[in-house]
Amino acid sequence: MTVRETLLDPLISKNPVTLQVLGICSALAITNSLKTALIMSLSLTSVLAFSNVCISMIRNHLPNSVRIIVQMTIIATGVIVVDELLKAFAPDTAKTLSVFVGLIVTNCIVLGRAEAFAVQNNVARSFLDGIGNGLGYSLVLIIVASIRELFGAGTLLGVEILPLLQNGGWYAPIQLMLLPPSAFFIIGFMIWIIRSWKTEQVEQPDFERVEIEEAGENA
Amino acid sequence: MSNLFDIFIRAVLIENLALAFFLGMCTFLAVSKQIKVTLGLGAAVIVVEGISVPLNNLIYNYLLRDGALAWAGYGHLDFSFLGLISYIAVIAAMVQILEMILNRFLPSLYNALGIFLPLLTVNCAILGASLFMVQRDYNFAESAVYGVSVGIGWAVAIVALAGLREKMRYSDVPKGLQGLGITFVTAGLMSLAFMGISGIEL
Repeated sequence: MTVRETLLDPLISKNPVTLQVLGICSALAITNSLKTALIMSLSLTSVLAFSNVCISMIRNHLPNSVRIIVQMTIIATGVIVVDELLKAFAPDTAKTLSVFVGLIVTNCIVLGRAEAFAVQNNVARSFLDGIGNGLGYSLVLIIVASIRELFGAGTLLGVEILPLLQNGGWYAPIQLMLLPPSAFFIIGFMIWIIRSWKTEQVEQPDFERVEIEEAGENA
Repeated sequence: MSNLFDIFIRAVLIENLALAFFLGMCTFLAVSKQIKVTLGLGAAVIVVEGISVPLNNLIYNYLLRDGALAWAGYGHLDFSFLGLISYIAVIAAMVQILEMILNRFLPSLYNALGIFLPLLTVNCAILGASLFMVQRDYNFAESAVYGVSVGIGWAVAIVALAGLREKMRYSDVPKGLQGLGITFVTAGLMSLAFMGISGIEL
């Protein structure tokens, strides 16, 4: 795998959210405004790069039996640093993100990449993989958050894009976009679009549908 | 007492961890193919939540929070920044102990749960419940009720989703939407239905 592939593959063809089913909790929960999504993406990408580098550095000295616990400790350390930084420099955003910064500890992208990549590859490579997967996650977050904020509140980053009815414009905001269910729908449809384009990602159905000849009379 | 009942209803229905806060989504979407498996998983989540949330409450109140160490003569210390590491350690240890106990005394359930048991450590619904408990400043009794009821809420949600997915095997889903995509849409519809409950005033 080349450097370019390590960095760019996770953007679409191996996206952590839409293909690997990792890190969905936060992708759904904090995407109702673009600003929180950007801050969350930044936090996750830095924790991911940090943990991948650290785990890759000690990969040859790590006994298999305590692997997970050591990894969790490294990840939690990174998250605590990010959490304290946010509380110090962006207290308002830290409040909106509430528990979700802390939940980066259990975000499956971080542990998933550590297990799948960092324990087998050298430091530089793991760093790139961390950045790449962080960017893939950020891409999904930013798209979903832009759609939700634009149609739900008529704004992007707090700046009014669609003139709202209550301010004398023409746009009546769709309240549903700010509510949890819309995130499910938007990501569901994103998966649909990506898989219609990259057909090799399509999953096989559990059962094949068989057409059956109508036998017997209709009652 | 009415306060505890309030927390119960809130945690199970109105603020359902899976459908309103999207916690534990990875497992929620990945493991919800068969009702039978989700029943076992749901039970495990209830047990782990029911023990880890009150335990973390004790740790927070008597070891970590500002002035919590006053009983040991160190009232000026504030260790609350160590919260995350302590909670995840408690949860990991809890899951490990539960695994050993089940393996020794209930091998049939242990085999049925298989790989999902160790994976509970990284289920964000479990860490999330502990973090919410800290944020809302619950006392010990409240946190015990909260732990068990978020577990029940999560279990109900995943069993319901598995039921829908079992029925959906017979439907003709567009190719690109097969599998993960349609599961997202289904979960979205379920979450929409759960929002109807959020009108309950307590």
